[in-house]
Order: sequence, then C-alpha cells, then structure tokens
Amino acid sequence: MDALEIARWQFGITTVYHFMMVPLTIGLGLVVAVMQTVWFRTRKPEYLRMTKFWGKLFLINFIMGVATGIVQEFQFGMAWSEYSRFVGDVFGAPLAMEALLAFFVESTFLGLWIFGWKLLRPGLHLVALWCAVIGSAVSAYFIIVANSWMQHPVGVTLVNGRPVMTDAWAVFTNNTALVAVPHTLLGALGVAGAFLLGISWYHLWQRRHDGIDAVDANGRVVPGANPELPGRDRADHAVWLRSLRIGAVVAMISFAGTAITGDLQGKLMFEQQPMKMAAAEAACHDGTSFSVLSVGDLGSKDCSNVAAVIEIPGLLSFLAKGDFSTDVKGVNSLQTEYKQAYGAALPNNPIYGDRAGQSIQYVPVMEVTYWGFRMMIGFGGIAALAAAVALYLTRKGTVPQARWLMRLAVVGILAPFGANAAGWIFTEMGRQPFVVAPNPSMAGSVDQVFMFTAAAVSPGVSAGEILTSLVILTLVYAALMVVEVRLLWRYTRGGVASAMPELAEKHDDGEHKQSDDVLAFAY
Amino acid sequence: METLPTALSTPLPTVWFCAVAVLWIGYLFLEGFDLGVGMLMKLFARDEAERRVLLNTVGPVWDGNEVWLLTAGGATFAAFPRWYASLFSGLYLPLTLALVALIFRAVAFEYRGKIASARWTAAWDWAIGLGSFLAAFCVGAMLALTTTGLPLDANGDRVGGPFAWFTWYAVLGGLAVVGFALVHALAFLALKTDGDVRVRAHRAFRRWMPLGILPLVVWAVDIQLRNGKWWSWTLTALAALAALVLWQLARRGSEGRAFLLMAAFLSSGAAGIFSAVYPVVLPSTLDPANSLTVGTASSSSYTLGLMTVVALIGLPLVLAYQSWTYWVFRRRITVGSIPTAHNVVPAFLTRLVTGSHGAERAPAKEA
Ligand code: HDD
Ligand code: HEM
Ligand code: HEM
Repeated sequence: MDALEIARWQFGITTVYHFMMVPLTIGLGLVVAVMQTVWFRTRKPEYLRMTKFWGKLFLINFIMGVATGIVQEFQFGMAWSEYSRFVGDVFGAPLAMEALLAFFVESTFLGLWIFGWKLLRPGLHLVALWCAVIGSAVSAYFIIVANSWMQHPVGVTLVNGRPVMTDAWAVFTNNTALVAVPHTLLGALGVAGAFLLGISWYHLWQRRHDGIDAVDANGRVVPGANPELPGRDRADHAVWLRSLRIGAVVAMISFAGTAITGDLQGKLMFEQQPMKMAAAEAACHDGTSFSVLSVGDLGSKDCSNVAAVIEIPGLLSFLAKGDFSTDVKGVNSLQTEYKQAYGAALPNNPIYGDRAGQSIQYVPVMEVTYWGFRMMIGFGGIAALAAAVALYLTRKGTVPQARWLMRLAVVGILAPFGANAAGWIFTEMGRQPFVVAPNPSMAGSVDQVFMFTAAAVSPGVSAGEILTSLVILTLVYAALMVVEVRLLWRYTRGGVASAMPELAEKHDDGEHKQSDDVLAFAY
Repeated sequence: METLPTALSTPLPTVWFCAVAVLWIGYLFLEGFDLGVGMLMKLFARDEAERRVLLNTVGPVWDGNEVWLLTAGGATFAAFPRWYASLFSGLYLPLTLALVALIFRAVAFEYRGKIASARWTAAWDWAIGLGSFLAAFCVGAMLALTTTGLPLDANGDRVGGPFAWFTWYAVLGGLAVVGFALVHALAFLALKTDGDVRVRAHRAFRRWMPLGILPLVVWAVDIQLRNGKWWSWTLTALAALAALVLWQLARRGSEGRAFLLMAAFLSSGAAGIFSAVYPVVLPSTLDPANSLTVGTASSSSYTLGLMTVVALIGLPLVLAYQSWTYWVFRRRITVGSIPTAHNVVPAFLTRLVTGSHGAERAPAKEA
C-alpha cells in the first residue's frame, strides 16, 4: 500500500470512530437538557434521577468525543497537506470558527455543569447545560459546512490554481449543508433514542426479574420497592418507564426526520453528484426504477453482470426528481461524461507521484455505496420499527419477562450507530475519486474547482510514518473502546444509585452527611 | 512561490500573525498549568488524597484550556494554510505522539474517578502524568521548530526523512514547555489549594522556578541573537525583568502576584520570540527562499477579513465566560473538600456486596 491508501484508511477509521461518540453526545445531550428542564420546572424526583443517570453516561461518552476530535483537527495538516494548501482559503475558516464559537462554549459550560451542581443557582446550572448542548449543535453545523464544501464547492473563484473565497454567505448557506445538518442532527437523535430504550428496558426487566415490580390480572404493572437496594423504589420505576418511552418517541421522530431530510439530500445529490446517486443504486443503465436488491458483481465497474432482483419502477425518478418518469442516468453513461469533463487520466503533474498518467476510475466502490445507502436506511428503519413495537409492548407499564427480548433491546442500541456510520461512509466514499467534488453548475468554465483524492495526500510524509500512526491510533482506539463500553455497562448496571451516591446515603444515620465545604462533585 | 492575492498589501496577515501568537500564548498560559498539574500528579502528590486535590484544581477548566490549542491550530489553518500544512506534515511523528498523549490524558481525567479501585486509578495516574509530559514536550518542540525551521523544499514539504526535524532545538523547545508548565503549575497550586499542599507547592515553586524557566530563557535569547530586532529584544528584556521580580516576590511569599508575573514572563518572552522571527512563520533550513512568510503563507484578504470579524466577536466572549468560570471555581481546594470515592456496583448486587453501599466506606455498616 502506498501513502495515499494508508492515509485514506487512517482518515476513514479515525473519523468513523469519532462519529461513534459524536451522535451520542449530540442526541443524549439534548435529551438530558430536556430532562433537567422538566425537573427544574416540576421538581419531580424522577426527573432529577434521570438527569443524573443519563448525564453520567453522557459524560463517559463525551470525553471520548473530545479526545478523538483533536486527532481530526490535526489530521488535515499532517496527512493531507496538499489538500490543506489547496482548500485552506475556504475550508480553514469553518474549522477555526468551530473551535472559536463552538468548542469553547461546549467545553467551558460543560465544566460548569459537571462541577457546578451546588455552586451555581439551579437556573444558571441548567443554562450551563443548554449552552453546552447548543454548542454541540453549532459545532456540527460548522464542520458540516466544511464537509459540504468538499461535496459541493460554492462561493469561490480560482486564483493561481487555488480556490479563493469570494462569497462567505454562499459557503455558509451551501444548500448541501443546509440539508445535511438537520439530517445529521436527526440521525444523532436516533442514536440517543435507541440508547435510552435499550438501557431502560434492561432496568425494567431487571426489576421484574428481582421481583420488585409485579403485574396484576389485567397485565398492568404494580411497581414495588426494595428498601435494601439503594435507588430501587417506586420512583425508580418511573425513571425507567419514562426514559423508555422518551427514547422510543425520539427514535421514531428521528427516523421520520431523517427520511424527509434524506429525501431532500437525494434530490440535491442527483444534481450535484449524479455519479454518487447512480452508484448508490448500482444503476448501470439509464432508467427509472429503484432496486431493493441487486446481485452480481457490484465491484466490476463496467456493470457487466449486475442484475436487479427486486425493482420498484419509477421510485428512483421519484427519489431524484420527485416524479415517476425522469430517466436517471446510469453509471455507464455518466462515466463517459465525467471522462470528457474532467479527463480520462490523471495529469502528468508531480503532485500525483507515481499515479500521474493513470486512468481515472470515476465509479466509486459500488459495493460500498449500494450497501451503505441501504444499511443507513435499513438500520434506521429497524430502530424506528422496534421503537414502535416497544411502545406497544410497554403500554401497561413494564416490559415482558422474556430475557431474549431484553437482550434484543440492548443489542438494538447498535442499529442507529450502524446507520450513522453507513451514512458517512456512503457520503464520503461515494465522492471518490474526488476529495473536492466538482460543482456541475461551474461545468465548462475555466475556473472549475475540484481536486482528486490522489493529489491530496502529504507529499513529504512517507508511507511508513502514516502506517505507524495508523497502527498506533487504531490500537489505542480499540483499547479505549473496550474501556468505554465496560465503563458504560458498569454504570448502567449500577442503576440510578451509580450516579447518585446520595440515594444510598439515606440508609445511613447521617454521619456521612456532607458539609458545605465538600465539593458536590469531584474527579 | 505563487501567492494568494494579499501579499503584504494589507495589514491583515500581520494582524493574523499576532492573533495566532496570542492564541499560542493563551494556550501555554492556561493549559500550561494543567499540563504541569498533570505531571505533578506523579512528581509532587504524596497520596491519593493529594492526587485528588491536584486533579480537582483543574477538573472544571482543563478542557476549556485545551480548546486554545485547537483554536490555535484552526486559526493557523484558516489564516496561513501553508504554514499549517508544512508544519503539521513535517512533524508527523511527534504530533502523532502528542495526539496519543492528549487522548490518554483527556480520557484519564474523566475516567480516573469513575471506579474506586486502586489499580484503576493508578493506571490512569500514569496516563495523566506521562500524557501531560509528552503533550507538553511535543507541543514545545513544534513551537521551537517553527521559529528555527525545518528542511523544507520549494513546495514546503519536509525532506530528509521522518526524523529530519530532530535537532537539539526540538529538545530545547520541549524542555522549555515542560519546565515552564511544571513551575507554572506549582504557582497555580499555591494559589488554588490550602493546607499542606499549598505550603509545599509554594516552597517547591521558590526552589525550582529558576531552573524551570531556564530552557525557555535560553530559547528566547538564542532567537534574539539569531534574528532579534530592537522591539523583540525589548520584549525579551521585559520577560527577564518579570523573571527577576518573580524570584524576589516568590521569596516573600506572595502567591497571587507570583502567578500574575508568570503570565507577564510568558507573554513577553513568547511575544519576543514570535516577533523576532516575523515576517517568517516557518524558516526552511535548506534555502531561505523556501521559507514561509506571513505574506506567502497567508489566505486571501477576503478570508482574513471574515476571520477578523469573527475573532473580534468570538474572542472577547470566550475571555468573558472563561474568566467567569475561573471566578465561579475560585475557592481553594483542600484534602477536606474532596468527597469520598464511591464505588459502582450493579444494582441487583448492591445488597450482597456492601450491606448498604459503597465498598470503601468505612466503617462498613452491619447489614
Ligand atoms: C455532526 C457532528 C460532527 C462531525 C461531523 C465531526 N464532529 Fe468533531 N465533534 C462534534 C461534532 C462533530 C461534537 C458533538 O461537537 C464533539 C463531540 C464531543 C465534543 O466535545 O464535541 C466533537 C468534538 C471534536 C473536537 C474536540 C473538541 C473539544 O475539545 O471540546 C474536535 C477538535 C473535533 N471534534 C474536530 C472535528 C473534525 C476536524 C471533524 C471532521 C473531520 C469532526 N470533528 C467531525
Ligand atoms: C464524522 C463523520 C464522518 C465520517 C464517518 C467520515 C468518513 C470518511 C471516510 C470513511 C473516508 C474515506 C473515504 C475513502 O477513502 O474512500 C473519508 C474521507 C475524507 N473525509 Fe470524511 N467523514 C466524516 C466527516 C468528514 C468531515 C466533517 C470532513 C471535513 C470537514 C471530512 C473530510 C474528509 C476528507 C478530507 C477525506 C479525505 C480522504 C479521502 O477522501 O479518502 N469528513 N471520510
Ligand atoms: C429514509 C431514510 C433516509 C434517507 C432517504 C437518507 C438519505 C441520505 C442521503 C441521500 C445521504 C447522502 C447525502 C450526500 O452524500 O450528499 C445521507 C447521508 C447520511 N445519512 Fe441518511 N438517509 C436516511 C436515513 C438515515 C438514518 C436513519 C440515519 C441515522 C440514524 C442517517 C444518517 C446519515 C448520515 C450520518 C449521513 C452522512 C452525513 C450527511 O451527508 O448528512 N440517514 N442520507
């Protein structure tokens, strides 16, 4: 493998990993903020407990998002210096704004929230959390503006071969970003929804298993209490049932929202990156049908033997254009068009290294785009469906006793994570061979802006260096993933008492009552 | 080298050079003490109680401090893409090390207290200590090298292999930040704690201050000797003055003023270094013609103008709410203010394990 391929693997691995933490941070942060707001308004004890418990898991995850995000920020310069030089005039701005306007807010106010439980007035303490949560959403906006510019460059002209920003408004209101931001935020909510649902299910099941909750003749729950187990009282039942229902509703809203915004994205993609659209469908020939399942050698780029097994006539046109009859161009005719517009072979320029003169493959890896697209929608859909079933099954106030259902609910937490990862992998790999995809509305003009991925990697950095960092980061990430999941599981099993030691203290005779000098929370 | 349409026709690149310098100084000043406190977890704290005191002096603020690093990086990318690209790719391996160190450190801060077991906390203590040391060292090396240069070709790419950056200057820069962070952290601890820790920190600060800032002084003076100008010499002299006053003050036990003087020392010293190399941002040790300067490395004036507006709005806000945070957490921390560690046990097991809860809590109650 050469430096380029290793750098791509490294970027892919670190970014997909970062995006395991990110959606949980965004989604769960919002949910916890709402919970604390309800507690602030109503003072119902179960909402305080929910805030504390989910807040604890939120923080365990948040820190991993921070730690892996730093890698992202540095990577562009380290491994993709030629890319950074090329796009810096436009791309650096949203990145710097993200740090200045979002990361500072997130990290500072989260510090206030974590350590401010007794120090700040309750209202102010709540405001701190909201600031942090809004900071996360703002950070998502800025980074997606940067990313969308790579998908659809706008607001620039070419000067000395480099794009120079001429219209910041166009960059920051890029229509690609305006639909990708809500799509991503809603996708993040889906992760939070399944997370709440799975973990609450486990606890409701555990309560039944321990004989704390019972079910009456009509199948209605009779919540009980076990005074020997800290936190296992009636309010505890309310915590889990309410969390479960919130999670289910959030997961369903998320799917509906991603479907609507995703549809808008599809229509833009048809105009802006028609090859990605065709590759997502493995649509080799021009036509109108959407394939639900295709077989054959998707990897063979000339589409010689891809056969659609199930097709829905007209649906592809609808996705792309909103009607049932537009012929959507297939891979084969697009390939010819792209070759005409952007060249059949990489130019003989030293920045391409050994690759100069190689012919360009304009069709992205079709297995990835085709299945990535289906996995994104499929996993999201499964999660939403499961949420609906969960709402039905818990309508009488608790979960069924079956252990396998509980396991399914816990494992189901992974589905929206999968949908998010698939969505990004599809978006990013579908953009290949470009790192900055050309904007078709600039087609033909001399200052068309685009960049091949093959030109983007750092020329001065050796394959060995990048391989070293790839191996180290992958190992570190794998190890930390194990630590994080085990810690999350440990706090999950501890229940509310794991996040609220004071629940257990009620059983003491008061000798441990904390004086005012003692911090409400300390590392 | 082809440049974007700014060259030095406007003052904006210079303004942004100053802005980047300010961000780095902000970073070194703020994260300086939490990096130092991290190292002192292994070097200074005597027992678990003291380690937790140290940790909690920076607990609420270290993440906000670290964002200064991200902003410095991001601002360099936005304002000087070529500087960002050449520096970061040229220092590929040391920056990888810095990233791994920062990852472990960040995770350790948050996870250390999450399980009350001696093995768990001991492992994370190493992560904090070593992570802080390596991060400080690598960032210091990077900053020193951006003032003395890398072997860059005409495109701005490093030649000479993965270790071409490794010179005694990299070591000096690394030691400068590590040394500064250590004594800065002692000054910070004297200000933020009470009791024995406070007394010992102050004593240690007095003893080690001259040694701790020595590498930074060597770096600053050496840069002046190479490319000093009257104004950068003046700044360096100011830094020296601050260091002398500091030493005097420290003997007389004024903690608050000592801390402020550390700020004065750092900012004038670092400003002296940055202004001495201006207008070069990254020299090439191969050929001065390959050096990146404020003019050749910068973005267009349109982008710089946009970033200026954003910074003028954003930076004062950041300073305001970060200062407020420090005010909220102004109380000194003592061994007595640290709550007991609390163990996490599966809900259904709690009764079996502890009687009531909290395995460590002594004396355990009869069930
Ligand atoms: C849709 C959202 C999104 C996406 C696509 C990305 N991130 Fe991210 N990032 C976040 C959303 C986010 C966040 C939710 O705001 C995080 C997670 C935890 C946190 O502290 O903020 C974060 C953290 C985070 C941090 C640490 C901030 C801190 O110390 O507080 C950095 C430096 C980055 N990210 C940088 C990046 C870069 C350079 C990306 C592109 C390759 C990227 N992120 C993709
Ligand atoms: C967090 C969500 C993201 C995920 C999961 C993701 C995933 C990926 C993957 C899998 C690749 C490799 C593609 C390939 O090699 O074929 C890639 C490439 C890349 N992505 Fe993203 N990406 C994300 C967000 C972003 C953002 C927000 C940016 C920019 C601001 C970005 C910039 C890039 C760049 C520069 C590459 C270049 C390497 C390449 O094309 O191979 N990505 N990304
Ligand atoms: C019917 C449902 C959905 C449709 C039609 C849809 C459509 C799309 C499209 C067309 C893109 C690519 C945009 C581009 O490359 O320009 C995309 C990206 C993405 N999708 Fe979906 N999607 C759906 C459901 C979901 C779900 C359920 C999730 C997660 C829970 C999700 C998460 C993502 C993510 C993270 C990206 C990459 C970031 C972005 O470009 O916004 N999507 N989606």
